[in-house]
Amino acid sequence: MRAGPTFIVIGGSAGSLQVILRILTLLDHEFKTPILIVLHRHVNADSPLEELLSFRTTLISREVEEKDRITDGYIYICPADYHTLVEKDFSFSLDDSEKINFSRPSIDVVFRSAADIYREKLLCVLLSGANADGAAGMKYAQELGGVTVVQDPADAQVPYMPQQALKMLNPDYVLESSRIAALLNSKVVV
Amino acid sequence: MENVIHIDDPEIEVLLDDFIEIYGYDFSGYSKASFKRRLQRLFIMDKMVNFAEFRYRLQNDRDYFNHAVSEISVNVTEMFRDPVFFKTIREKVVPVLATYPLVRIWHAGCSSGEEVYSLAIILKEAGILNKSILYGTDLNPNVLEKAARGIFPMTAMQQYSRNYLLAGGREDFSSYYSANYNFAKFDESLSQRMVYSTHNLVSDFSFNSFQLIFCRNVLIYFDKDLQSKVLSVFDKSLERFGFLALGSKESLRFSGIETMYEMLDGKEKIWRKFK
Repeated sequence: MRAGPTFIVIGGSAGSLQVILRILTLLDHEFKTPILIVLHRHVNADSPLEELLSFRTTLISREVEEKDRITDGYIYICPADYHTLVEKDFSFSLDDSEKINFSRPSIDVVFRSAADIYREKLLCVLLSGANADGAAGMKYAQELGGVTVVQDPADAQVPYMPQQALKMLNPDYVLESSRIAALLNSKVVV
Repeated sequence: MENVIHIDDPEIEVLLDDFIEIYGYDFSGYSKASFKRRLQRLFIMDKMVNFAEFRYRLQNDRDYFNHAVSEISVNVTEMFRDPVFFKTIREKVVPVLATYPLVRIWHAGCSSGEEVYSLAIILKEAGILNKSILYGTDLNPNVLEKAARGIFPMTAMQQYSRNYLLAGGREDFSSYYSANYNFAKFDESLSQRMVYSTHNLVSDFSFNSFQLIFCRNVLIYFDKDLQSKVLSVFDKSLERFGFLALGSKESLRFSGIETMYEMLDGKEKIWRKFK
């Protein structure tokens, strides 16, 4: 047993939004660990995801702005059409370089970059999706000691993304969505 | 998929020092996480075996270093990127520019020129291209050659045409280029008004005064200090009542010049200098 993570990244694509909303609804009121959400979205989708999330949680939801310092009590959302990276001083930077796995934001990019900084203090979660993004980044995070959680493909609306991750690594947890919130609330992992 | 390659932080510091000492290029104000990704991408792309080999090539082969600079800088761009932004330029900025006898515009970090051609089309449609000069600058000479030629892949035209219409364009977009196999060559009436030259925002100064400066998705790669420094170069280069246009995720916050600028409308990242 060891102390819980200090940063959580949740990545998902097709079929993951409802899961994210459910997880956030189930978080304890005292939950303070900062969460970053990487969701593949349409570039022109003007849906205010921050607002959607803010109804589900007491945490403050905010789209990442470059140079934002990662702060307890916040849920950050990766902006569309940029990659989000984590800097050594625990701030975010944005990058509009090539798509990775046909995606920008790419979950691989965020998992890797967050793992470089948080290492064993990172917990990453990969949810439903129709794309292989996230698997390689999760493997990298695991190599650096991070805790890895994959949504049970049987529970995922689109099982392809979690299945790709399970092909590439043996994660610490394979969970149904309802159990993921319970794990985050427990604050003690592995 | 990216492979896992570790270039660690001390190694990056070593390369940063080499780049300054050997070539005079200073990347130390770049955001570290992004710079590291670009180096790792280069390392993988060029099939480097280990850090020593990578460093040796960078130190001793000027052509390879130039190639590295091209690849480290992000050259992802498109015509009429963020169409609503260009619509605002067309509707709110261009009418003001039209009142000047000579219009000078600077596209800082213009990469292969897609943004410059986009603006030239808007100026042409407003009837003021002939009294305008568009200066395109970039750190990377390779992309500037492309920009000066005005030849872009045909495959991108469908999207550019869509962007153009969303940005308020009313002409037939294909009338601006001639298609030749897989390439679209843009009309010389557009490029005639353009001047391209290398300029390094890290080390070079203001070189003229302008009524409009574009610098979109360049500042995100810089740390706060370098951002402030570059914004003050823009401030020195911008006439009173001139416009500054940044990328959709960039702002003047922490810059020290924000008190002299006001945002044109709530949404697009366009500021007007009022002092």
